[in-house]
Amino acid sequence: MDLNFKATELSLALPGTEDLPDNNTTTTSPNPIIKTTNKRPSPDMTPTETDESRAAPQPKAQVVGWPPVRSYRKNVLHGKKAEAETGSGMFVKVSMDGAPYLRKIDLKVYKSYGELMKSLEGMFACIIGLYSENEGYNGSKHAATYEDKDGDWMLVGDVPWDMFVTSCKRLRIMKGCEARGLNL
Amino acid sequence: MTSSFPEEVLEHVLSFLTSQTDRNAVSLVCKTWYETDRWCRNRIFVGNCYAVNPRILIRRFPDVKSIELKGKPHFADFNLVPEGWGGYVYPWVVELARAYPSLEEIRLKRMVVTDESLEMVAKSFNNFKVLVLSSCEGFSTDGLAAIAANCRNLRVLDLRECEVEDLSGHWLSHFPDSFTSLESLNMACLVSEVSFSALERLVARSPNLKTLKLNRTVPLEKLSTLLKRAPQLVDFGTGAYSAEFRPDVYSSLAGVFSACKNLKSLSGFWDVTPAYLPVINNVCSQLTSLNLSYATTQSPDLTKIVSQCCNLQRLVVLDYIEDTGLNTVSLSCKDLRELVVFPSDPFIGDVDVQLTEHGLVAVSEGCSKLHSILYFCRQMSNSALIQISKNCPNLTCFRLCIIEPRAPDYQTLEPLDTGFGSIVQNCQHLTRLSMSGLLTDRVFEYIGTYAKNLDMLSIAFAGDSDLGLHYVLSGCDRLRKLEIRDCPFGDKALLANASKLERMRSLWMSSCLVSFGACKLLGRKMPGLNVEVIDERENVNSIPEYAPVEKVYIYRTVSGQRFDAPDFVRIMGKDKDAVYNLS
Repeated sequence: MDLNFKATELSLALPGTEDLPDNNTTTTSPNPIIKTTNKRPSPDMTPTETDESRAAPQPKAQVVGWPPVRSYRKNVLHGKKAEAETGSGMFVKVSMDGAPYLRKIDLKVYKSYGELMKSLEGMFACIIGLYSENEGYNGSKHAATYEDKDGDWMLVGDVPWDMFVTSCKRLRIMKGCEARGLNL
Repeated sequence: MTSSFPEEVLEHVLSFLTSQTDRNAVSLVCKTWYETDRWCRNRIFVGNCYAVNPRILIRRFPDVKSIELKGKPHFADFNLVPEGWGGYVYPWVVELARAYPSLEEIRLKRMVVTDESLEMVAKSFNNFKVLVLSSCEGFSTDGLAAIAANCRNLRVLDLRECEVEDLSGHWLSHFPDSFTSLESLNMACLVSEVSFSALERLVARSPNLKTLKLNRTVPLEKLSTLLKRAPQLVDFGTGAYSAEFRPDVYSSLAGVFSACKNLKSLSGFWDVTPAYLPVINNVCSQLTSLNLSYATTQSPDLTKIVSQCCNLQRLVVLDYIEDTGLNTVSLSCKDLRELVVFPSDPFIGDVDVQLTEHGLVAVSEGCSKLHSILYFCRQMSNSALIQISKNCPNLTCFRLCIIEPRAPDYQTLEPLDTGFGSIVQNCQHLTRLSMSGLLTDRVFEYIGTYAKNLDMLSIAFAGDSDLGLHYVLSGCDRLRKLEIRDCPFGDKALLANASKLERMRSLWMSSCLVSFGACKLLGRKMPGLNVEVIDERENVNSIPEYAPVEKVYIYRTVSGQRFDAPDFVRIMGKDKDAVYNLS
């Protein structure tokens, strides 16, 4: 059955103007979501111009006012995500075993592990004492660990700095002996 | 016979008629009844602020206590109405202040409200009690401060989804210490932090407070403090519902919730920390309304909550609930009347969320009282729609949005005509319908034939020809609001059904095929209609008459054309110099 997609197609051109020849009807596509365009598919088209491809989830070419979701609602959900990714700061809590209160630091402020460690040393030095940064923290009184996105506790320093910044949810400075117990 | 019937008795009888429709009918019976109605009608509803004007209103109804006005067309919610179109409340407030000093209630929807208007409201009405602003914009927190400072008898301040210029949270502190009459406060749409101590003191001195909807800035840790002051609350909206889990905070919150014996409705839950959701377990069975549409958490957390809400009548939730969660709803919430499922990621084509037509079918099967549905999903089938229509013959409102425009039945690849056809055929009480997916003229034939009680219809990316529009305009006897976008409907159907437009409140058509010429003709031939062409193109004056307009908004009016329209709005067919002196 010819669903006559061409007739349902809207364009911003005035009626009577010539349409481009349309050879890519997709009526027989097994793809459940069908989208027609006036343009022939071409390999160097941007994702927003091609026909619907199931290759990867992509943001759709946005039609004004569609889907009919109010903007405050869109902002609420996306604003949250956007903040997490590009936001004005990546504050994480830092706890030190034995310390009476926690601190909060902005990871975005630091460019490397060295800077972070220096700052942590400064922050907790007056309470417990300095610890030294060492491979595996052998012999050190403390070890810096962090909780990542999956909820696992990891040793600070293993992954590249950028990866650490985006996956670190909170920091914990453990006693060295406990850390050794974890075979770190 | 009627002349010997004392007016006071008639007045007394009429006072039992509260619905505007009934009152309108009554006023048409005879002159005496018209007169009696106009002297004693004090609740007024104006569905389109441009259909009438303040002077006409005031001349007819000398004693008004409560007024409700609606401004912009519904599609303004989706940014289809350009900024500056209209809907200004100020001219109304000026006249109302003059004519009705004892006005008590103002309810506005989709109107432009300025601080000036709010200040005038605050200073003009001594006994002002209720202010409800729904989807309004144009004012700042300064306007709210004026209301707070001056309205000594205020009972309701309800800001629903308004766009407020949030200068500071200081407005709340303007409620004087002597102010104790507050019954309902909804500030959920505001962004700035209010002084918590001012809020706490306000709540503490408002013994009649039944509704309290906080904004996002009120932290979870402070909720118990507030709820302890207002255990009588019926409707509560939390602020941001996230915090580090702490057992003391948890048990405190659970305790205060349990003490709220009258709590029937919950909302808020922004940025939810799932560990804190179970604090509401003890009140779940009391709830008749639950809005979790900001709770961005996974299905298991949401399901656990709804499974305990055995008396729930209204559920608003994100698609995170998934089919499994909706299945639980169908088993647990046997009293459900209204279901709303919003999309978490409306602009992504493919999401990980398992919400399909199955969830909706399940709810329709399990919840026999379901009468209102708003459902966003990514696939639908005719068979599912047919099933839903058979399970819920009492549906009054059915709004389905399949995210991809023109998506066909995903199983058969056919249009969804038969599915929606089944809905209108089986659901004889349907008053509101929104459709989506692949639809041909056929579905409109079904609608025109069967949807005899339809009051409002929303159409997008549907139909093949003018025939579709013609079916609807000629068949739907009770249709009052029709909004259409991106459909191939043009001049023929519109002009052939011109007289129908006078029996409707309004018609919106954007990105369709209605020409300038047709709009001009319609405007000229129908003095009872305003035909507004809304077109922002730069070269609009050189576009030929046969070319389609961007948008046209047609509504009936006894007020003649309006003079507050911006330059991209042209009222077609009216002689600009002729002022219709109908007032």
